[in-house]
Order: sequence, then structure tokens, then C-alpha cells
Amino acid sequence: MATAWAPKAVLPSHLPKTPISPRRQSSSKLPIPTCHIHLKTLNRSTSRRPLLTPLAAAAADADLASSEPITSFHGLCYVLGNNIDTDQIIPAEHLTLVPSKPDEYRKLGSLALVGLPADSYPVPFVDPGEITSRFSVIIGGDNFGCGSSREHAPVAIGASGARVVVAESYARIFFRNCVATGEVYPLETEEIGMWKECTTGDIVTVDLPGNRLINHTKGKEYKLKPIGDAGPVIEAGGIFAYARKTGMIASTAP
Amino acid sequence: MEASHIQASGSALFGKKGRSIPCSSPSLVAHRCRNQSFSKILAVMAPSRSPQRPPSTTGSVKHAMTMTEKILARASEKTKLEPGENIWVNVDVLMTHDVCGPGTIGIFKREFGENAKVWDREKIVIIPDHYIFTKDERANRNVDILRDFCLEQDIKYFYDIKDLGNFKANPDYKGVCHVALAQEGHCRPGEVLLGTDSHTCNAGAFGQFASGIGNTDAGFVMGAGKLLLKVPPTLRFIMDGEMPSFLLAKDLILQIIGEISVAGATYKSMEFVGSTVESLSMEERMTLCNMVVEAGGKNGVVPADETTFNYLEDKTSVVYQPMYSDENARFVQDYKFDVSKLEPLVAKPHSPDNRALARECRDVKIDRVYIGSCTGGKTEDFMAAAKVFLASGNKVKVPTFLVPATQKVWMDLYGLPVPGSGGKTCSQIFENAGCDTPTSPSCGACLGGPRDTYARMNEPQVCVSTTNRNFPGRMGHKEGQIYLASPYTAAASALTGFVTDPREFLQ
Repeated sequence: MATAWAPKAVLPSHLPKTPISPRRQSSSKLPIPTCHIHLKTLNRSTSRRPLLTPLAAAAADADLASSEPITSFHGLCYVLGNNIDTDQIIPAEHLTLVPSKPDEYRKLGSLALVGLPADSYPVPFVDPGEITSRFSVIIGGDNFGCGSSREHAPVAIGASGARVVVAESYARIFFRNCVATGEVYPLETEEIGMWKECTTGDIVTVDLPGNRLINHTKGKEYKLKPIGDAGPVIEAGGIFAYARKTGMIASTAP
Repeated sequence: MEASHIQASGSALFGKKGRSIPCSSPSLVAHRCRNQSFSKILAVMAPSRSPQRPPSTTGSVKHAMTMTEKILARASEKTKLEPGENIWVNVDVLMTHDVCGPGTIGIFKREFGENAKVWDREKIVIIPDHYIFTKDERANRNVDILRDFCLEQDIKYFYDIKDLGNFKANPDYKGVCHVALAQEGHCRPGEVLLGTDSHTCNAGAFGQFASGIGNTDAGFVMGAGKLLLKVPPTLRFIMDGEMPSFLLAKDLILQIIGEISVAGATYKSMEFVGSTVESLSMEERMTLCNMVVEAGGKNGVVPADETTFNYLEDKTSVVYQPMYSDENARFVQDYKFDVSKLEPLVAKPHSPDNRALARECRDVKIDRVYIGSCTGGKTEDFMAAAKVFLASGNKVKVPTFLVPATQKVWMDLYGLPVPGSGGKTCSQIFENAGCDTPTSPSCGACLGGPRDTYARMNEPQVCVSTTNRNFPGRMGHKEGQIYLASPYTAAASALTGFVTDPREFLQ
């Protein structure tokens, strides 16, 4: 069920969401999108490719008051429970993959969430034979990303094509790694229990500037906590990219 | 005492969701510490035999701070700070290993340049320990990447291994990083240690600020020697009473995690004090601090005392300055335990906070026992297991795997006599009990690892383990069931084939 909410957004749909480098591109470097479509037309749940993330809305769009780049995420959601630890996000046997090597980065993406028990999560996050996920948004409960400090975890999620996790709370190191790498927006819900009301495969939109998640399938809207100062860091592509962008360190790597 | 305040204080002050914290346990009384009524307990915080301490490390400064705040204040060259402040912290030691080191090095090179030099070749400790005794080519390659980097950068502390067929042929090789850091003198009171491993908090046992970070942050530290950190508020755990002979520090930390949950200390520091903590050996203090991350903690600390200084005496010549919480320092919450009333515990599958009494699980049939890891693979952990086997005199009923944390631990198993055994070593007692021969030191199957890892759970079995995590798939198989327990409980369970309270053998 589509809701009445349908902002004008611009979809860089010509861009494959297959990263070519572990160094995430800043959204500001993306080609300026030129076509406008309504979100309700984007229900491509059968697409094999991840759906259209992120949406870099056009600053030129007169309907949008702000000149700031706006980022939203739209597509299928994948729903998890409480205390999803990093062993389930990327099992230790795959930690031989080094995230800073481009081909191993992509391999990590193909293995995202492969540690989930199949009886609890019968739908795979990444379909067999695929290197990216058809799910754009991960929804979780309390204490998401607990356990091991492996940075492979947010990297695997980001490399899979999902750029946003919406959970009730995060384990400290996982949250920090999301921001430091710029791989994933770790957003928090204002209230608890959203994950119980959503189903894997629901069509959702995460409206980053609006601090809300809309579940179009269920016709419900949820408030999110603002991402705050972490937002610009993630948008820039991580702490190093942010530090260069803002002049904290030399603008190019030596 | 004011047990009813326990939930409200944490959530109101720090805005985390109010998790229901059951405080029905008779052994626990929790209450807020924002008033003067604590002076009696606070008195035990600083050891009575106090050496000469400069004013900055004691309570005589005006702005009262916890020991974690003080360590971070000094490391950030500030005279005072508050929880929640973001500060640039100078790092004393950066540790990385074969799983996260190559990625850290990759980021360091990418961001600082191919020809960049690390900020201090003597402050970076690189320890291959995770995937060593495997035929996995990528795992072997990752150790090669570490070696090349250490040669190129002339890293002073690199504990290399080249001969995988015989670890004893590698005199530099240590094994599990957290235990090696302690044994090699890198854990020093008052300093800041960051490592690319969540169990880096282990070193808090020395009164060090020690915390786990990711590759990107570590890459930054590698080049800059500092990192932006948020000052954590501190939870204090006051453990008094005589430790019963059948309990180990593992039981204490399982008690605490069961009490506050796997997210109960998220973003917070955990400080362990009280007469019981003072009586613990360094290895037992490490067990306590090792698992603070299992409660979400940023770091754990035990105030340094004579036990600490004695341990360090022949391990480091670096001058260090211990820090102690001021008497009127502010703690988010205090938890008080009467340790004499506790019983042996396990954490049932699939969460470290799924606490139960070992005797409540006596009907759980098990397939194997695993003794090893940074948490439960130290010399005293094996001594404890040997004590149970010795007391029983029987043979184990399930396969029992022994993975010493480090080469030093392995040598202790073959060299140190077990008290009360008439001079037998752990290895002899284990052999008599029918255990597997102690294997080469490494992280082993604690985290599963490559398919050919020794003792990896490749079948959906039930395991009692002295390790630290029991989330699905942790030791290999996603349907495997892991009961976390002390070495006493693990050994007792091996003897019966069921989860077993060690009092069946130790009394």
C-alpha cells in the first residue's frame, strides 16, 4: 500500500550500486541527477539489484526548500531482532577478507548477514550467486552490532548495497565503525518495537532530513532520532574524507 | 538499600532506553551513589598501603573524577573533564592482529601515503594470533602482510610466527594478543591502550584505559598517535565478601552481565572495586575486565595495587603512573555484590546475559568442552580445570579441547606443578583425565575461524566453553549451542557429560 507521501526525489538509477572501490564516493561527487519521479512509482520489489540507494535529491528542485544535499533511502527492508552481533553480520571465518582491498570488499558485501540462523531468517539477505543485496534498508531492535569490534561488519553491509540500518540502539564500536568508514547510516528509532511491526520485504523509505521511516506496505510512519554530527561524516565518506573536506587535514592523500 | 532506584537512575541520566533490570537476586543490592552515604565503601577504593602519589592522581584535586576520567584527562592534557566530552586522546599503545591489521595497514597507507611512517615504532604492538595454524591461504597471507609492514616500519614489538608446523620453533610467537600484551609488559596502569579487538578491554585489569576500535580509527592512530574519544560515565561494581572456593572471576562477570544485560554498560566504563576484587590475582582481574564488552562497556578498570605492581615488576621498565578514583567522584550507578553468596553460573545459548545457575542446567547433555581463549585460556584457568580433574580422579566423558592462550601458558601447562597433586603438571593431569593434548596457542575455535581450525564446531553440537561469546555461529556452526562457564564448571561438565556445578567435585 502506497501512502500519500511522495516527495519529489531524483534517482541516480543509471548508477549501479556496485562499489568499485572501498573508498566510498561522497554523494556530492555523484553526477547531478536529472530525472524526477515519485517514490510510489519505485516499487520494484522484484529487482535483482538493490533499490536506488541513496537518493540524492536535487538541490535544484524548487519544491525543496533547502539547498543542502538531501539523502533518502527507498526500497525493500530486511528485518532483524534484538542483539544482532557482528558474528551474525559477518562470521569470523570470512575475516580473512581485507576490507581495504577492492575485490575482497565486494566479496564481503556478498557475505553480509550470512551468519544469521536460517530457521529464524529463511530469506537470505543476499541471494545466492549475487554480490549485492536486493534489500536497501536493514531494520533491527536493541543493541545492534554488539560483540566483536570487526569493521568488516559495517563494511559488509555497505558493500552489499544497504546504506542504512534503522535500529533501537547500537553497540558502541559498531556505531563508531559505521561513522568512521562512512559505509552505513546507523539510525535510531524514537520508540521501541518498530522491528516487530515490519516484515522483511516491506517497501520502506527512510527520509533522512525528515527523521522518519515510512513503511509503505504497512502504511505506517515512525519517528527517527536525528543522526546529528555523524551525518556529515558519513555523507562525506568517513572520517578521513570528512577531515579533508572540512580542511582538518590536507585535502589529498600524500 | 535503595534498590528501587536502580533502573531510574541510569535511564534518566543518560537517556538510554529504560531496560528493565531485575534486582531480585539476593546477592545484589544496587543503588545510586550521588550522596555522601557512600563514604564507608569508598574507603576501600584506594589500597591502604598506598605508595607516595602526586596530588593529580589522588582525591586532593578540586574536580573529582573517576579513574577512567583521570586517565583520559592526562592523555588529553587536560586538568579536568566530564563524561560526554569529546577529547583528543594521546595513545600510549596501539595493538592490532592478523584479522584487523591488514585492513588497518591498508587504511594507513591509503590515507597517509604509501611511504608514510607510523607515528611511533615503539608504541605499536602487532600480534598474529587469530588464524595461524590453518591452511587457509588468505589467512596465511594476512600474517605475511603484517610481517612485511613490521619490517618496512621497523616495528619494535612484532610477535612473529613463520614455522606453522611447530609453534615452539618460533621464539617470538606469543599467541592470543590480550594475554600476550599483559605477559610482555604492555599493560601499564594509567596509560591508554587501543586495539583492533573488542576484548582489548582485558587490560583494564591493570588500571589502564583499554578499549577496542575499528580498522579506520586504528589507521588514524597509526599515523597520528591520537584519537577522538568520548569520555564515558562510570558504573561501579563493589564486590565484597570472601570468594567461595568453587567460584572464579568468570562467575563474577557472568553474574554482572546477567544483571545489567548485554547492553547494560553501552558507552560506559565499568570500575571493579571491593575486598573481593583486591583479593583476585592479575589473571582473574583480566577475566573480569575481558568481558565488559559483553555488557557493551567501553572499558573496565581495576585500581592498581601491590598485586599489579608485583606482576609488572619483571615485565616492564617503563615508568607508569597509576590513577585512582577520587572519593567524591561521580558514578552513574553502584552495584554491590556479596560474593560469598554467589553460586557457579553459566550463560546459556545464545547470549552472554542469558544467565543461569550451573546446577539449574544439570539436565543439559553436552557433546564437548572447550577451555581456551583470552577469557579462559590463561595459566590459572588451566590450573583450575586441573584441580577439578585431580579432585575427581575420573576420566572425561566428552571430548575436551585445551587451547592455551600463549606460548608462555603452554609452557606452564608442561612445567608448573599443580598444587596438591604431588608435583604433577596440568598436562599430566589432563592426559590422565583423557582430555585432548593441549594444542598450539592461538585464538583457536573461540570465534570459529577457518574451517580447519582445531576444535571448531562444525556440527550443531552442545559445548561448555570458557570463552566469552555464545551468539549463534560464534564457534563455527550456526545451530551450535554454547554454554559459557568458568574453568571449574567446564571441567566438571567434561567429567559428567552434562552441565555440572563444580561443587560436585570440589567439596
